[in-house]
Amino acid sequence: MILQALTLTLRLAVTVSFILLIVGVPLAYWLAYSRKRWKFFIEALVSLPIVLPPTVLGFYVLVAIGPLSPVGRWYQAIAGHPLAFTFEGLVVGSVLYSLPFAVQPMATSFASIDHKLLDASALLGASRWRTFRRIVLPLGLPGVLTGFVLSFAHTLGEFGVVLMIGGNIPGATRTISILIFDQVEALDYAAANRTALLLLALCFAILAALYGLRKRAAWNVWGWK
Amino acid sequence: MEMSGPPASALGDLGVGIRKSFPGESASSFTLDVDFTAAAGFTILFGASGAGKTTLLDCIAGLQAPEAGRIVIGQTLLFDSGSGVNLAPNRRSVGCLLQTLALFPHMTVSQNVQYGLNGLRESERQSRCGEILELFRISALAERRPEEISGGERQRAALARTLVTRPRVLLLDEPLTALDAVTKSQILDDLRAWNNQHRIPILYVTHQREEVFALAENVIAIDAGRIVARGSPHEVLLRPQLETVAQLAGFENIFDCAFVADHPEQGTMTCRVAGSTLELEVPLSRVDRSRLLRVGIRAGDVLLASSAPQGLSARNVFSGVITSLQRRDVMVVARVNCGAEFEVHLTPAARDALHLESGGTVWLVVKTYSCQVMQNIR
Repeated sequence: MILQALTLTLRLAVTVSFILLIVGVPLAYWLAYSRKRWKFFIEALVSLPIVLPPTVLGFYVLVAIGPLSPVGRWYQAIAGHPLAFTFEGLVVGSVLYSLPFAVQPMATSFASIDHKLLDASALLGASRWRTFRRIVLPLGLPGVLTGFVLSFAHTLGEFGVVLMIGGNIPGATRTISILIFDQVEALDYAAANRTALLLLALCFAILAALYGLRKRAAWNVWGWK
Repeated sequence: MEMSGPPASALGDLGVGIRKSFPGESASSFTLDVDFTAAAGFTILFGASGAGKTTLLDCIAGLQAPEAGRIVIGQTLLFDSGSGVNLAPNRRSVGCLLQTLALFPHMTVSQNVQYGLNGLRESERQSRCGEILELFRISALAERRPEEISGGERQRAALARTLVTRPRVLLLDEPLTALDAVTKSQILDDLRAWNNQHRIPILYVTHQREEVFALAENVIAIDAGRIVARGSPHEVLLRPQLETVAQLAGFENIFDCAFVADHPEQGTMTCRVAGSTLELEVPLSRVDRSRLLRVGIRAGDVLLASSAPQGLSARNVFSGVITSLQRRDVMVVARVNCGAEFEVHLTPAARDALHLESGGTVWLVVKTYSCQVMQNIR
């Protein structure tokens, strides 16, 4: 049972963090460099999941992907089953929930790149895309990695959103944190302890790896400063 | 204001006629309003910081847009407010070397240099990179990163990176200010050698007099967004007609003066320093004698003597009291009060030989032709 929950949780975290890598990098680039007046609006929106109770987020996502919403109906028409209370539904909720954890470190590290380097790149004839690929991405890599790992770790420990939109279906939506909740409810404290310890160790290992890695990356990339 | 744009230019000349205003508090706000053509070779943009030099370069490079006007290289239109042309920086073929150099820290010198050559075949890239590294004497550093080389080597690498793309115009924004004189002149020699082959207009921003004399064929002096003087370094810096240029050109002593008398047969005139009885004999100049004049004297052009000098050709000899004596780097700055206060620069050796000390009496000697007469424009 614990193995099944662990595999599911890891699968969810991997899927979500990769989606956030793909979505987060362009979004962070835009946030770091756009001069649009309404940028603050998007910034606030992206950061909302940090302060919002997961139940609130989960509730609205549940409504949004439910059979009464256009999105939910559209999905059901294509996939043949509803989005709510499935693994895919969990992915949607988790992507939204972990978005700021991916985007913020990425945007911060993009924004901290010396703008003169970007000017220099343009003056050497490079297009915006080439500047992004050759200058922004390599120099912002520590932030991109941080965002990737943080969104992974954050998804691992997520509870409220999962409970709201996924319920507690073994193999489909019962993640480790849900399992712990289950075990405590059943007053099986020994099992809950084992599961909790596993999650604790996993999260700690990831963060330790992250900080270890970031230090080395920082030395390689920024050592000249 | 009418925008006629720069005059028709020869092939490859840079023509700039632009206006850009900077809103802000009345003290800091000004309008950049310039019109000039730069032919192949060095043109120095000379002016105090905040005069608008960097903004001008940014407009030419495409990093900022002027409000009105035209920028052309030969027949190519880079910017034209009339027809709405505004080429992006990466399509202008304008090479630009900033004060900060902006070498890419995560790339080696050779990767930096090849960055602008991505349209070319690998073999062509290699050979052009090799050539320019050779010319700027940094072939040995090709595989080093910017943090592993010295300041002068970084300047060379940045210059090579810009020039290897064969820009049609080169903009240099005080690129060498941080370097010692020897390194600086070596790099300038190499740059000159490169430009003897390629013959492009080079705009060189500086506020250092030595660089102006070392480089220039042409000088454009800018103050508060406007061109206040242009010509050869001697015309602009040694015979400045305007006080603003004079201050830029390093006249440490600038006196308000009233006209006293002309001596046409001697080629001189006398004027009195305002608020004193001190009379200076200065070259006969075409200035409005009914208005207040200004006389500029460089601190290095003033001689000191410990006793009353005799048998001198110099017309201006005054006795005064040393009010302060300070060491600054390799020179000594003395302030001498002889009715008006003069700043005088001398060597430590001269100070010791004359036994100068604060409070002591000295004689001050200024040649007539070391006095520059200007109209006070205020």
